[in-house]
Amino acid sequence: MSEATGRPVHVRLFDTSQLIFQTFEEMALKNIRSNLDRLFDKSLTDLIRGIRNNKDNEARYIASCIEEIKMELKQDSTFIKANAIEKLAYLQMLGYDISWASFNIIEVMVSTKYTEKRIGYLAAAQSFHDSTEVLMLTTNLIRKDINSANMYDCGVALGGLACFVTPDLARDLASDIVNLLTSSRPYIRKRAVLLLYKIFLKYPDALRPTFPRLKEKLEDADPGVQSAAVNVICELARKNPKNYLTLAPVFFKLMTTSSNNWMLIKIIKLFGALVPLEPRLGKKLLEPLTNLINSTSAMSLLYECINTVIAVLISTSAGTPGDHTTSIQLCVQKLGLLIEDADQNLKYLGLLAMGKILQTHPKAVQAHKDIVLRCLDDRDESIRIRSLDLLYGMVSKKNIMEIVKKLMEHVEHAEGSHYRDELLSRIISICSYNNYQYITNFEWYISVLVELTKVEGTKHGAKIAEQIQDVTVRVESIRHFSVSQMALLVENANLLLSGSAQQRSNISEVLLAAAWICGEYSENVRDKPSVLEAMLKAKPSLMPGHILSVYVQNIGKLYAALISKAEEEEDWDAVDSLDNLMMSKLPELELAEHLEAQERACTLMAMLKVIEMYHSRKEKVAEEVARLYEGELNPVATKAQRKVPVPDGLDLDSWIGDEWEESASESSEDETEKNFGQMKVRSEFANFGGPPKYDSEEEPEKGYQKMKTKKKEHDEITSAELEKRRQQREREIQSNPYYVKGTAAAPKRPNEFPVAPKREENGESSQNLSIQSPLEIPGVVGLSRYMEQQDSTLTWKNAKKEKKKEKTKKGKGKKKRAAEESSSDEDEVAIVHQVNRNDGEMPENAKSTDDEDEKTNGLTDEFKALDVNLDEPLRPDEIVRGPQAYVRQSANARPFMQGPLQPRPPTTGPQKVITQEQTTKKKVAKKKKNDVETVESAEKKMKKKKKAKAQLSNGATSAATSGNVFDMDNWLDEENVVEEAADALKGEKKSKKKKKLGVPSREAYEEPSGVCTPSNPFQEGDTPGPSPIGSHSHLSSLASNGDLKADYSISVCPDDPSTCLVKISLSNEGTNEMKGIEINLCETLNARMAKDGDGDSSLKVSSISPNDSTILPLRVTVASTALSQKIRGSLTYFVQDGDNSNSEKLDFKLSIPATTFLLSATIGKESYGVLLSSDEIDLSASATCSSPVPFKQIVQRITQKARFTVVEEVSGAASLYATTNIDNRPVAVLVKKTGDSIQINGKSGDQQMISSIVDDLRELCSKK
Amino acid sequence: MIKAILVFNNHGKPRLLKFYQHYSEEQQQQIVRETFQLVSKRDDNVCNFLEGGTLIGGNDYRLIYRHYATLYFIFCVDSSESELGILDLIQVFVETLDRCFENVCELDLIFHVDKVHHILGELVMGGMVLETNMSEILLRIQEQEKLEKQEAGISAAPARAVSAVKSMNLPQQIKDLKLPDLPGLSNLKNAF
Repeated sequence: MSEATGRPVHVRLFDTSQLIFQTFEEMALKNIRSNLDRLFDKSLTDLIRGIRNNKDNEARYIASCIEEIKMELKQDSTFIKANAIEKLAYLQMLGYDISWASFNIIEVMVSTKYTEKRIGYLAAAQSFHDSTEVLMLTTNLIRKDINSANMYDCGVALGGLACFVTPDLARDLASDIVNLLTSSRPYIRKRAVLLLYKIFLKYPDALRPTFPRLKEKLEDADPGVQSAAVNVICELARKNPKNYLTLAPVFFKLMTTSSNNWMLIKIIKLFGALVPLEPRLGKKLLEPLTNLINSTSAMSLLYECINTVIAVLISTSAGTPGDHTTSIQLCVQKLGLLIEDADQNLKYLGLLAMGKILQTHPKAVQAHKDIVLRCLDDRDESIRIRSLDLLYGMVSKKNIMEIVKKLMEHVEHAEGSHYRDELLSRIISICSYNNYQYITNFEWYISVLVELTKVEGTKHGAKIAEQIQDVTVRVESIRHFSVSQMALLVENANLLLSGSAQQRSNISEVLLAAAWICGEYSENVRDKPSVLEAMLKAKPSLMPGHILSVYVQNIGKLYAALISKAEEEEDWDAVDSLDNLMMSKLPELELAEHLEAQERACTLMAMLKVIEMYHSRKEKVAEEVARLYEGELNPVATKAQRKVPVPDGLDLDSWIGDEWEESASESSEDETEKNFGQMKVRSEFANFGGPPKYDSEEEPEKGYQKMKTKKKEHDEITSAELEKRRQQREREIQSNPYYVKGTAAAPKRPNEFPVAPKREENGESSQNLSIQSPLEIPGVVGLSRYMEQQDSTLTWKNAKKEKKKEKTKKGKGKKKRAAEESSSDEDEVAIVHQVNRNDGEMPENAKSTDDEDEKTNGLTDEFKALDVNLDEPLRPDEIVRGPQAYVRQSANARPFMQGPLQPRPPTTGPQKVITQEQTTKKKVAKKKKNDVETVESAEKKMKKKKKAKAQLSNGATSAATSGNVFDMDNWLDEENVVEEAADALKGEKKSKKKKKLGVPSREAYEEPSGVCTPSNPFQEGDTPGPSPIGSHSHLSSLASNGDLKADYSISVCPDDPSTCLVKISLSNEGTNEMKGIEINLCETLNARMAKDGDGDSSLKVSSISPNDSTILPLRVTVASTALSQKIRGSLTYFVQDGDNSNSEKLDFKLSIPATTFLLSATIGKESYGVLLSSDEIDLSASATCSSPVPFKQIVQRITQKARFTVVEEVSGAASLYATTNIDNRPVAVLVKKTGDSIQINGKSGDQQMISSIVDDLRELCSKK
Repeated sequence: MIKAILVFNNHGKPRLLKFYQHYSEEQQQQIVRETFQLVSKRDDNVCNFLEGGTLIGGNDYRLIYRHYATLYFIFCVDSSESELGILDLIQVFVETLDRCFENVCELDLIFHVDKVHHILGELVMGGMVLETNMSEILLRIQEQEKLEKQEAGISAAPARAVSAVKSMNLPQQIKDLKLPDLPGLSNLKNAF
């Protein structure tokens, strides 16, 4: 066989070895090659250098690099991957999307090397966001990293998480991050604290359970951590200040003690947010803030202090009027220094803060008028704009001209349209402030406005136009002047319109006002024919449509005025020439593209034809024509239309008459005939048919009237033509798919007139700028127009100069007159023009409420979610849970997690009690005031002071610790002198209270939480019956004979930790009545009965009837809680047997185990481990016993009777934990059971105590 | 809160972008362009505050910036931050960079943008000021560098050798930038 197979075997062997050799060689080569490749992979530096060397085809170069990176990411080596990701992070900065590499980024984050991990986290922080899907893969990775032993791993993970935390991550990692708050490294704690804010934002449910922990960090030993906690709370409080008002005392303490400026700034900013909610807080703050202002050398701190003082002043000035002139003066003085500082930044901030003072204390600011005005000349635009803000406060009737003049100069010199526009609108708003409160000379104001129209490229044409109209309407005496100016403008319209399209559209708004004023107040126009001519010259191609329509309307007005004059004088030549002029020019306007303008022109034209017909017969019609434009206009309040109450029974949505279709064919002549005489019934129209909104101060009624009358005229005279047109229009309507039945013909209908004026209104305002665009001349740009513009501005400037002269003359005249009238008294200066300063006409029955503009608190949803009451006690279900998927894993850690997050005892309880106490204290104060100081109260006061002093000396922080238990009211009302002392006193009282009340509430809160712990087996249901809490419900047998049975239970007195309450339950099990029952205890040195007055150390019960029982409370005070006590005692009683009474005696031993004085407490596994190895519990004791009882029951016994909690339990062994009730010293016990023997090991800081506890436990365990 | 930190040069080339709120890459570039427009036209002797641009802005936000030689450092912050405080923070940031790179210049920021990010990570975390004490920051950075060196050890040695060879071609690094003295800040420096 061997011979047969020998050869092939040999061959195969050879083959194999060769193969192996070959593969080895290949691998080696590959290795070398990949190593070489790796060496020549582009590093980040190479990439950057490459990009810089390929400036011309950067995009292509980067594309090729990205291809390379994609190849590199396919390699196994994390080093290569990290390098690739690093490059990607750089490319991200240049604007390349790297989301495709998200998974690779996570691969790099997983790397064990810090350098690589850091690259991964950096790339993640730069590119991940809420919708990055792979983020859900990172939960475990991040948890591992933040719990890493390497603090930089942890730091980089926390930093990264802060950038890309999602709601899911926040929920799953919240508990881990909270645990980091107890990290021994400030570097980690600091980051964990800051990260909490991000967690809260994404997962608001975490806020309430975590907040107490965060609050503790305000008193962290490390200033950085402290500052971080302040930072987070400030961010939280800024959005929902009212929830954090109770923290004010803590922050106040920090503010007065800390010297960390960063933190102080934050705290002071926080107070700025809190002060508006609680004016009393402001009062309290003023003094320390003023001190800071005076003492600090840090400008940033000084500035924030001033800001907060201003906030205080604003809040107090709204409420109680107080005298804070000194504070204001201090602020203003310091701000003055800032503004005058050479540093532009300080100047800017000074002006900013000054603006805030201005709102409430304008007088104080006026002192710095000169500085502020000087700032207007500053080279820095930001500063100039800030000082413009302040001008409101500087202006008075006296100096407005001067200030505006200065501003006008600035307008001329200003570069940059933004600043110029800003200036322009400021000038207007200063002048029009409070219905022209400061303006005494309206001619001057009109000329200012005219001047402003010449500003190039302004956006505020419409604003100027509105002002000119408004002033002219309101001030009757100014009309002649205004009209003369406007006439000039109209006559020079072509100059105004010669700029670029944008400029034209803005400035031509002024022409709207000019045309309207010339038309409306035509009686004041000196040279009507020339104005009319100028208006007729308007070029539809140059003029925006809505202005053109106003033109046409006012041409009508002027024409009516001229024609009536001519007819009056029977000057038929003049009439003819007028008609001819109109007939020759109007057709051009009929060609306007703007529909409104076109329609009006056509209507006017038709009217003219009729008038001309009459004129050719030498008939006078002027009176009728003039009647079209009758009526005086008054300002209408902005909100007038909205305020019109809807009359009862009026349904605005229903049809007023029959639907249009039916009446379309009817001739409207009858109707118009009927309505003809009612033109002046304006209010009715306004009330019933008005369009939904009139926001400008234009007069809608006038609009209706004009339109309406015009229409009527039209109908009346040219009904045939109209009918023809209407039919034509209807045909068009039929073929137009966009037509909605019933409205298009509306303008014709007298009862539908609201629609028409609405259009007119819109046309007059600047709202529909879009309509202008068809009117722009296409293609005419370039040099020729530019030159034209230059020319025109030159001539315009000349014209301006002339006018200026005229104006200044006039202005001077006015001024002189004003000066003559009175130079000192401002009020008298005012009356140059009678001004209608009403807010405007309002409809009848309108409610004058100002509740319309409700301010919405700019809270975004994410902050609304954080608006929770933090002072409410936590509900038991409010804990930050670990991620659900890891229940098993984290189950052991749960107690630890719950430890830090355990619900606090409700704070409302103690708070109430304190309030009561403090009301008594207040009473005391009152008494003092009334000089009925009793000896008692004096004593009390003395005590207080003493206590307070003691407190202050040994630990002033205790007061601050007590945080939210402070009674805010009291804290705020407290006088400063007693304040410190009282704070400390309160702190002490509070802590006492806490101890007293703390015991029961702790039981109530913590025990269930311990029971709920999944690691606790008894919750699973193998406990028979409900598990009673507190040992008083477990009766132990004390003594019994056939007749009497005595049981007892022990609990610690809630008001004294070293006294226990022994309840002895006596039950008569015999058939006869028992009498004179007496319990005597042999008191020892260590234990005695608490006496209730009489020195008798016995308890007596008069009788117990058969089958009855009674409970005797017995208070036993022990000298040392560390010892187990056995107290001997005896029970004596008489049994009434018929007539005989037999005396009986029963001896007993009452044992009070040391475990009575333990408190259950929870602790995490890790902390437990740390605790065991620490020096804190270095003394131990052990004991053994045997018991057949199952281990679980033993543990159950220990947890129930000895108040231990289970830290960890494995089969046959359990770690247990409790603390002493007096000073919360830890006690740790390990119970092991092997077979029947039980081994108990205990550790604590007190040998005596641990020995007795272990002894007690042994006894407990060995019980059957 | 700090919303964003931008560093770009006199031509608007980004050198460091850190956004603490998500923006797409396109938006980020748009923000850089717009901010550059705003900042670049301002003289050096005007104040360092700007009421926010439209993209990054909103009423509550301001741009606080400093201009050092060829670089603009811009912080976009909301009203919970103190203006002067942020100016100081920028100063701390730049001084830290100066210490870490020994006379920092734009080239350092170009070629070591990752390191700049790590340094920034010691100052600001998730938009909140983390540490302002420069010696503490420097200490942490040094410790991390040590860690880096340990890890790099042998494995990265050849790579370093190659990169050293590559760098030889690089013209001598020009340290044309020095931190200018900061007039007007002397009174603030001591504050922190």
